[in-house]
Amino acid sequence: MEGMMTAIRVIPLEHYIVLSFILFSIGMAGALFRRNTIIILMCLELMFNSVNLLLAAFSAHHSDPGGQVFVFFIMLVAAAEVTVGLAILVMMKRNVDSVDINQLNRLKW
Amino acid sequence: MQYLFYLFAAISVLSALLVVGARNPVNSVISLIVCFLSIAGHYILLNAQFLAMVHIIVYTGAIMVLFLFVIMLLNLNKSTEPSKTLLTRIAAVTAGALFLFTLLGALRQGVHIAAAKEFDGNTGLVKSVGQSLFSDFLLPFEVSSVLFLSAMIGAVMLGRKDRSPREDAPARPEPSERRTKKIPA
Repeated sequence: MEGMMTAIRVIPLEHYIVLSFILFSIGMAGALFRRNTIIILMCLELMFNSVNLLLAAFSAHHSDPGGQVFVFFIMLVAAAEVTVGLAILVMMKRNVDSVDINQLNRLKW
Repeated sequence: MQYLFYLFAAISVLSALLVVGARNPVNSVISLIVCFLSIAGHYILLNAQFLAMVHIIVYTGAIMVLFLFVIMLLNLNKSTEPSKTLLTRIAAVTAGALFLFTLLGALRQGVHIAAAKEFDGNTGLVKSVGQSLFSDFLLPFEVSSVLFLSAMIGAVMLGRKDRSPREDAPARPEPSERRTKKIPA
């Protein structure tokens, strides 16, 4: 318990910020990089989690539990989003018989 | 203690790269589970015990199982994905790297991070988070249940097979016509 409390003080906040930036950039590059819709959804989860980690780090450094409540709400929204997203994916597979994101270009023009 | 942070950071970054790079979607899901477990380790290092537990239960317990279930259900567990062109890949990697450099530059320029006024070791425990959740954030907590209900109804509506219309239903187009044809690529 004491060791954990010192860990918050030993590791500077900038390291958490840089780690979250790296994870967010990987998620964003993956969302642009891949064509499989389910992997794009997973990259969205990765970006959610980098933001969650940043919020938790700020909350712990400022000793304010409000940030962790925000992380809790982001988790709720992510769960709802995944439910609807996977339902859309199943419908897409049933109608178009593919999970390629490039098949869904009808709204583009 | 700080070596644990760098260990977890390396694990999470490497497994995140594997999520993006793996050819097989099942390998991507497994790497994402490893990434989420290392992020739960970060939460424990931050003394956010409530978040660590909720993260493991919700993400690795529910969401990733849902992903795996859909992959198995749709029989996607083989790498049949057509790869993007080389130009698109280079553009995607360049965009991600430029975004990262922009964020790092912004961090170097002008983020002023003030330290806490007084350090409180009980911040991330269930008691303090729960007190904050049920006093300051009570209305959003209740509203989120409506969000969950609407998401559940939406998922059921989307996932329903709309074939075989009932006899007494008003005239609807034939299911074969309503089902979208294959879009030419």
